[in-house]
Amino acid sequence: MKLTGRARLLVFFAVPVALMSIVRLWSGEDALTSSDTIGASLRLSVPILLAGMAGLWAERCGVLNIGIEGMMIFGTWFGGWGAWQFGPWVGLMFAVVGGMLGGLIHAVATVRFNVDQIISGVVLNLLAFFGVRYMSDLAFVGQPGGGVSQSPPQTSAIPRFDIPVLSGGEVFGWKSPNILLNLEERGWFFVSDLAGILHGLTHNLSWGTVIGVAAVPATFWILWRTRIGLRLRSSGESPVAAETLGVNVIRLRYLGLLVSGGLAGYAGGILSIVASSYYRQGQTAGRGYIGLATMIFGNWRPVGVLGGASLFGYAEGVKLVANDAISTLFLFVALAAVLLVVAAVVNRNTTRGIVTAFVAVIAAYTYLAIDDVPESLTQSLPYFATLVVLATASQRLRPPAMAGIPYRRGESH
Amino acid sequence: MTSKRNVIDTLPRPVVTLLSSLVAVLLALAICGVLLLVTGKDPLAAYRTILETGLTGNKLLEMLKRSTPLMLSASAVAIGFKMNLFNIGVEGQYLFAALIAAEFASRISAPPVLHVLLTLMVASAAGAFWASIAAMLKITRGINEVISTIMLNFISLSVMQWLFDNYMRDDSDGGLRVTTTEIAPSGQVPDIVDGRLNGMWLVALFVVFCYWLIVFRSKFGFRLRSSGLNSTAAQTSGIAANRMIVVAMLLSGAIAGLVAMQSVVGEEYAYGPQATPTGFGFAGIAVALLGRNHPIGIVVAAMLFGFLDSTSAVLQLSGIPNSIVKVIQAVVVITVVIVNEATSRYMNRRTAEQTAAALRTDKVGA
Repeated sequence: MKLTGRARLLVFFAVPVALMSIVRLWSGEDALTSSDTIGASLRLSVPILLAGMAGLWAERCGVLNIGIEGMMIFGTWFGGWGAWQFGPWVGLMFAVVGGMLGGLIHAVATVRFNVDQIISGVVLNLLAFFGVRYMSDLAFVGQPGGGVSQSPPQTSAIPRFDIPVLSGGEVFGWKSPNILLNLEERGWFFVSDLAGILHGLTHNLSWGTVIGVAAVPATFWILWRTRIGLRLRSSGESPVAAETLGVNVIRLRYLGLLVSGGLAGYAGGILSIVASSYYRQGQTAGRGYIGLATMIFGNWRPVGVLGGASLFGYAEGVKLVANDAISTLFLFVALAAVLLVVAAVVNRNTTRGIVTAFVAVIAAYTYLAIDDVPESLTQSLPYFATLVVLATASQRLRPPAMAGIPYRRGESH
Repeated sequence: MTSKRNVIDTLPRPVVTLLSSLVAVLLALAICGVLLLVTGKDPLAAYRTILETGLTGNKLLEMLKRSTPLMLSASAVAIGFKMNLFNIGVEGQYLFAALIAAEFASRISAPPVLHVLLTLMVASAAGAFWASIAAMLKITRGINEVISTIMLNFISLSVMQWLFDNYMRDDSDGGLRVTTTEIAPSGQVPDIVDGRLNGMWLVALFVVFCYWLIVFRSKFGFRLRSSGLNSTAAQTSGIAANRMIVVAMLLSGAIAGLVAMQSVVGEEYAYGPQATPTGFGFAGIAVALLGRNHPIGIVVAAMLFGFLDSTSAVLQLSGIPNSIVKVIQAVVVITVVIVNEATSRYMNRRTAEQTAAALRTDKVGA
């Protein structure tokens, strides 16, 4: 069964929405495609997305980045401090600078001194965790509402907006109609689900989120459509060949790690400025590592990272807004797996048919047998999913060839 | 004809190694001194406080006590390093093992020494079991152990939370206790110095000794180290790489399983999410790097970290945020790995130059 590119895109998008609609009508659980869930998912996806992008920039230029979490921690602290002192926009800038500081430390250690890239990343995480604790002790202790593990609350926030006409935003003082919300409330098959998803993506948007999402097309354009992007990727694929052609590998790796740090710092800033209104210790909650997972999940490609981050963000969003609806996700998985079984039968792919049939049975059983899935176990979903993807699809994953291997100028014989 | 030689060129390799570690520690202290100075604290006063309080008898005992989990964790990491495996998962392995062992110890009854031994064996088995997942993923599916152990750390936390909340928490007090059931006195390890130093310290020293025996003095250790240095060459000479990966990972996990045992059988006599210390997996990586994976180095580095940790309470009282201690530790590791890198490059060049010189003059070692 061969589909053209456009038809395949349509199938990839429309079929899951249709399935969700069926699940909604079947189980009577509205939360899976409600705009509240999708809005929360978007907010939760963006830090993961940016962490994944940070990993992508680092590994594309040839340096593994286990230190994303640490760079994010710098971002949350500097962002929280800057926003408290000078307002949210300056705070976001401080977050980026803080993350870049982490990127610079990583770059000096790995690119300049050829320290093992994993070791440097691990140590950076430790340094960031305790470093910001030291700084909190100096900057926040004794301030109203502040302490060793959190900053005083910020007084203003990044403005939010609704998209006009679609989601009832204002245009020059005119309150436009809210078409999507209207459609969502009708409860129609497919149409209302689609409207719910779109409404969630178009209303109550923070500018901070919008800028964050813009990192995806920007990354794609810079790395795959410009000269410097080609050179940067070539220093991750084959630094020796790149240097032979006159590319300054060392400088590009510094650049890649600074961008990586800046993105991770911005991700941290989102957490301490947009998603909440103060810095708190442990705010990153392992999202740097989920970002790393997303990068692998997304096969080191921006759109893939976007997909992985949406998936993980959606799982978190459902958990946050409607924890009861998690069990209906298994119904969704079961239905999706049944469709894949059909596709496998059509394509005469026995192995895939058996595997998907197995998944379908397990998911259906879980849906019918278990009322509420323990939250402690759903937390590990992204990590578990990453191991499954690595174990099953590692043949199709293609990381940058030379990521992780130290490079010294002029030592290529 | 002979190139200019300075004092360093004539020093034997171990001395250079030792010197470079010292330089790294001093460099780290200097960097943190600047940090203290910039943030308006007096570095000399801070370092004096650390030395004066740290070198008193009670604090030295505390240093030894604090070095126990660090020695174990560092040995677990180092055994991986020797095989060219990076076990970032010690954190997940030891916490999982602590929960399982604490639950096991509270449920059985056995004569005193046997009770403890059984508990420690269960802890090792649980740690090895958790590490074996990463080993299996590596040899069957080719998944890099760095990624899989990071993911397994998080999975371990959530599995433990689930087990603890649903099956292993002691709710005899109506939900007031947030630990497992207390271990009976027969399963408790007594203190060597009352309230200051626990018997688990000796166990940790023994484990480091075993690490030395296995890795540096056994046929298996030789195979392990040669696989780590050059896996292709090792494989050519008949060493099964996959088997070495599994065994190294299992050993690493088995040692990792003991990391929190000082807390479980020596202090709290139970596992609890708040009671059981976290973070030793990562601290162990730092100690192993500082100790250069050598048993003596690990013991010394663990004592250095324990020494710094033991002074942190007093430091806070004298107006200096105690987190500076942890910052110093992290900076020490960065400077150590950088200096190590520079030293090994220098040693390689020196060996090459001396060999070249010896070949020219026909006098080896001149």
